[in-house]
Amino acid sequence: MDYHWDWLFFFRETDDGLKYYDWILSGLGWTTLVSLASLAVALALGSALGVMRTTPKRWLVAIGDAYVDVFRNIPLIVQLFMWFFVVPELVPDSIGMWMKQDLPYVVIAVVGLGLYTAARIAEQVKAGINSLSRGQRDAGLALGLTEWQTYRHVRLPMAYRIVLPAMTSEAMNIFKNSAVTYAVGILELYFQYKQIIEKTSQVLEITIVVTLAYFALAFLMNRLLAFVERRTRVPGLIVGGKGGGVP
Amino acid sequence: MHKSLTVIALCLSAAGMVAPAHAQSSGTLQKIKDTGTITVGHRESSVPFSYLDANQKPVGYAMDLCAKVVDAVKTELKMPNLQVKYQPVTSQNRIPLMQNGTIDLECGSTTNSVARQQQVGFSVAYFITSVRMGVRKDSGINDIGDLDGKPVVTTTGTTSDQLIKENEKGRTINVKNIYGKDHADSFLMVESGRAAAFVMDDILLAGLIASSKNPSAFEIVGPSLRDEPYGVMVRKDDAPFKAIVDKTLVGLMKSSEAEKLYDKWFMKPIPPRNVNLNFPMSPALKAAFENPTDKGVE
Repeated sequence: MDYHWDWLFFFRETDDGLKYYDWILSGLGWTTLVSLASLAVALALGSALGVMRTTPKRWLVAIGDAYVDVFRNIPLIVQLFMWFFVVPELVPDSIGMWMKQDLPYVVIAVVGLGLYTAARIAEQVKAGINSLSRGQRDAGLALGLTEWQTYRHVRLPMAYRIVLPAMTSEAMNIFKNSAVTYAVGILELYFQYKQIIEKTSQVLEITIVVTLAYFALAFLMNRLLAFVERRTRVPGLIVGGKGGGVP
Repeated sequence: MHKSLTVIALCLSAAGMVAPAHAQSSGTLQKIKDTGTITVGHRESSVPFSYLDANQKPVGYAMDLCAKVVDAVKTELKMPNLQVKYQPVTSQNRIPLMQNGTIDLECGSTTNSVARQQQVGFSVAYFITSVRMGVRKDSGINDIGDLDGKPVVTTTGTTSDQLIKENEKGRTINVKNIYGKDHADSFLMVESGRAAAFVMDDILLAGLIASSKNPSAFEIVGPSLRDEPYGVMVRKDDAPFKAIVDKTLVGLMKSSEAEKLYDKWFMKPIPPRNVNLNFPMSPALKAAFENPTDKGVE
């Protein structure tokens, strides 16, 4: 293959006065920001929905189930386009115009990615809670705890520990999924990747670098949560004493 | 852990190894002769240069030009039964596919730039595109000065703020940059009022406007912020093959044949929806037909 390798192009100046590696760093920054913000939204909303789906109240269960069905069955990119292109046309004109002209795009990206991931987190939280024996709740109630207190002090602390490995995957996924937000104008890593290919045509170098960058981000998240898993482990309690996935 | 490091090291060294392999390839003409096949790379939606018609067959202005090049190759090699294969390419993979030998000729809408010449070769320019602004007629925007303080969209790969800065000429124009995923998305941003203008190649704007719901609501305005030549992409440093491509194209330009082909694709209704782009030949293109050049931009 007749390819002109040029690893030093990363240090060349772009036409806005920065260097190409600056573009990559700025892309990394946006990717991290969008991913972590979306993860926060997803954890908060997903936990609430997950809990709702295990309560004895039918209507709460129905809302939670409907949410998960809708947001888990629509592709992420379609959801982002819904928030970006469709929703502003459905709301009153003045709000729509504000969404189009003044609302920073990153808000739309974080909301889109966060709500999508929340459905997946909700599914896991529900599974975690349902995996506990019914006696846990009954014992809590017998001790005089309210329904909510059994969640707060008995069931959720155990459920989270059980589903932490699954949530680790989700946290890694969110970094990879954040690449889709380039479609709504976020200047994150994948956007810069495309931009630099157009500018320099050094396809292979930039592909290798960006691949490694995504790998590093996801891997870092994996190690971080493995650490959390080890630190929060309660000896002798629930699931295999090993935990953490650390060799 | 050690295993995964080894895998990464292997991948990297494999990527590095392929570079010296090109020493063995001895030109596109020899390859075509040996295999009895020429592979033409084409685009799937670069209207009217190279795109798929209703029967999923690649057609367009660049495809017509390349058909003449293929004829010339047949004559040159005395292989009238040369097999012609078509390979769809995208703006991301066209250069690697040219380099690794998958395609021998790329006929699409590829800008001949100095940066790309590091990787591939280009024929003489068969089209000159100008970067201009696509706006809604009711926006009141006529010149780049009118853009000050407004959101301006462009598609990944161009930096409109940079182009606007270069064309300020003493004025101070600050715009808010937004980016569409592809040209259709960027155009939608203008259509829906997210952006005041779409800064892009004029021919692409003309295509988007012609196929929009209400073509009369949009127009292309302002001066050319930058001219870019489109060329047929060939392998780098393959002078004998490039000579055939250039000779054919220059021949078409000097006779009136290239002009007739231009008329067919830019001034008449074209498949698949019989839309007429109504895009008369620019002075820059007329000049390029008179004095063909393979000089890259920037």
